[in-house]
Amino acid sequence: MTEVFRAIGLGKSYPGVRANDDVSFAVSAGEIHALLGENGAGKSTLVKMIYGLVRPDDGQMQLSGAEYLPADPRAARAAGVAMVFQHFSLFDALTVAENIALGMENPPPRRELSRRIAQTSSDYGLPLNPNRRVATLSAGERQRVEILRCLLQSPRLLIMDEPTSVLTPQEAEILFATLRKLAGTGTAILYISHKLEEIRSHCDSATILRHGKVVNTVTPRDHSARALAAMMVGAEMRTVDRSNRQAGAPVLEVSHLSLDAPTAEGTRLQDISLELRAGEILGVGGVAGNGQEELLSALSGEALSPAGTVLLEGQDLSRKGPETRRQAGLLAAPEDRLGHAAVPEFSLTENTLLTGANRQGLVRRGLIDPGAARRFAEAVITAFDVRTPGPGTAAGALSGGNLQKFVIGREVLGKPRVLVVNQPTWGVDAGAAAAIRQSLLDLARGGAGVIVISQDLDELLELSDRFAALNDGRLSPPRATEGLTIEEIGLMLGGAHGMEVAHVEA
Amino acid sequence: MLRLEPRASASLGWQIATPVLAVLATMIAGGILFAALGFDPLAAIRTIFWDPLFGTAAGYSRPQLLVKAGPLILIACGLALGFRAGIWNIGAEGQYIIGGICGAAVALATYPNEGIWIFPAMIAAGALGGMAWGLIPALLRNWFGASEILVSLMLVYVAQRITAWMSFGPLKNPEGFGFPGSRNLQQYEPASNPELIAGTGLHWGVVAAGVALIATWFIVSRHILGFHIRTAGAAPRAARFAGVKPSWLVALCLGFSGALAGMAGLFEAAGPGGQITENFGSGYGFTAIIVAFLGRLHPVGILLGGLLLALTYIGGELAQLTMQMPAASVQVFQGMLLFFILGFDILTRFRIRRVR
Repeated sequence: MTEVFRAIGLGKSYPGVRANDDVSFAVSAGEIHALLGENGAGKSTLVKMIYGLVRPDDGQMQLSGAEYLPADPRAARAAGVAMVFQHFSLFDALTVAENIALGMENPPPRRELSRRIAQTSSDYGLPLNPNRRVATLSAGERQRVEILRCLLQSPRLLIMDEPTSVLTPQEAEILFATLRKLAGTGTAILYISHKLEEIRSHCDSATILRHGKVVNTVTPRDHSARALAAMMVGAEMRTVDRSNRQAGAPVLEVSHLSLDAPTAEGTRLQDISLELRAGEILGVGGVAGNGQEELLSALSGEALSPAGTVLLEGQDLSRKGPETRRQAGLLAAPEDRLGHAAVPEFSLTENTLLTGANRQGLVRRGLIDPGAARRFAEAVITAFDVRTPGPGTAAGALSGGNLQKFVIGREVLGKPRVLVVNQPTWGVDAGAAAAIRQSLLDLARGGAGVIVISQDLDELLELSDRFAALNDGRLSPPRATEGLTIEEIGLMLGGAHGMEVAHVEA
Repeated sequence: MLRLEPRASASLGWQIATPVLAVLATMIAGGILFAALGFDPLAAIRTIFWDPLFGTAAGYSRPQLLVKAGPLILIACGLALGFRAGIWNIGAEGQYIIGGICGAAVALATYPNEGIWIFPAMIAAGALGGMAWGLIPALLRNWFGASEILVSLMLVYVAQRITAWMSFGPLKNPEGFGFPGSRNLQQYEPASNPELIAGTGLHWGVVAAGVALIATWFIVSRHILGFHIRTAGAAPRAARFAGVKPSWLVALCLGFSGALAGMAGLFEAAGPGGQITENFGSGYGFTAIIVAFLGRLHPVGILLGGLLLALTYIGGELAQLTMQMPAASVQVFQGMLLFFILGFDILTRFRIRRVR
């Protein structure tokens, strides 16, 4: 097979991060080549360099053996490189043909273009009517428009960025049939994904990236999904250890908690009651925007509720603010890492003061003890494997997963009686997510009560002893997770809100 | 083409360089302005920045540096604390006036008694008066959501009307031959705020400014209160999560900055100003906003910024006297300084990149 594209020692740095380091790999004609890696492994930066959106700091690229360094995407397209982005750039109000014409350097006359679109779409098994308006298309059909736009340029190299993340399984099958057909005509395809199974079944080879470096280039069929994941994460995937836990006495009692929405867009909490036992993890599922943030605020003390609605080990905390609740042992980690759970501009050391000021004794009589704060930050960094140059680094400079580990670690090391977390692994790579989940399980094993609010059903089923659904500000009665079926959960969530829908980006 | 790229963290070098750049740009733009007005730009810049310190009349003007910088620094310290929290007290001028009136009123009520308690009582009255005036926008914001920016600014004009009323009415000097204005406190020894060391311009207000600099440095960098103030400014939701009550912080910052401005007013009324007149408010409250920003809300910066702005005041007066330059040109000059400092500020958070 002839080689179409080769990267030799590509490198790119951003302030504080080495996004790509000495990346080398090659893609041949007719090959579907996967680029595999966790969030933040450097996949996006790499393809942006190939597509001319970002200039590499060092290394070089070759296209069909010739030196290749596109100044911008237009130059990349002219050289025969096309790219389908994860997020579509289409105008809803225009038709398919109009949208495609807009993306072309020299669009042919409309009639000629429509004919070519119809021709190409039938050649590759991508049924699409050029005269339909984009607003009426499904996510899969919109993606076809993007792909057709690329195919009309007859590219030598086609880059696809996580194309199946917006597709139904059936649509994904159609896509792979198309890609296979395209590869058959000699086009090289660079396929970016972190979905192991589809890479194993559809890709000819895979280059695995970790922390910006190439770990390995393999034939994915020859390896198990587990082995690929281990290469991606860099360690054996840990299965979470749920053993050795038992529910003790009730620690947190919420009774008939109703709270008006804080803002016009907020959700009203309605008559929420729950009882949490020591050593227990209660999972609260539901699509975000159904009162998740409001529930966390009502428990953290950011929102006060009528007397007698929030009790920690019999002590009424309903009218107490966050600091009093923290002193009593009720800790929380909000969903938004940047600007709520942490201050992006502040160093990690300073960020320990947000919740650790009194609980960790970092402040005495109002005086900050910088040494104690730094030591506590270092303790969190060590215990939770937060990858950062040091405690003096600004929180905003950390990747999402590392900052989330820091935020959760800060609260876990606070030895809570009850910890409430909202979307603990949202936007976090697989390795960090597993570590965070394990730390929550360990916390419960140590006798604390934990409430996990999450959109991720798998996560909730993996972690929680009991499950409740939060829907339109109402909490369903919690049920034991053991033996709960997806159908039953669907009913608890009110039927109308399928959890899957939440993952689709419009 | 040039493009702005956000920096990962604010550049320390640029944080120090931007105020210097702003001063240079102001000199250049100011020079162009003076030239357009028909003055020799180099002579004008020299008159404003050099002559007050080293010129022929420097013996008179040098002490004025502390006299003018004292109130500017005292007020700016309070403002900077609020600005860090994102609470914008634009009405320090009003709080300064009310503080001056309240402090002077105590003195006039005791006249002609003797007692070492009189001056401390005046300071307390000045601080309380300024604090009360500052708390009006705070309470209106907390209770009704009114913008503290607008309310505090509008209250400046109310305060200016009140000085006029006071100097024509209740506080008018009964032995003043009908002229508006209060008794001159410099001539009432227990209530006067004299020059402490002859020829330096040092008075109790300058001492208070020094204490305020150290106190605000301590609060901002060592005390949990300062941490909460900075958190509220950087991420309000994180501050609430940490347990900060926003309404309390609003009252604290406006009350504190009002108290410092009120004290500045009292020291002026009892010292260099000497009396409450219709024109008691002389713009220190507004200029202090420039001082706070020029000093990057940092105590050392505020010290330098206060001295620089004091210099423009003195130099401006000198330029009026010797070059017949219009009085407004100095205000334009100070305004340009704030404009440039805010403009150059973008360089600390962004870097400029050339795009092909």
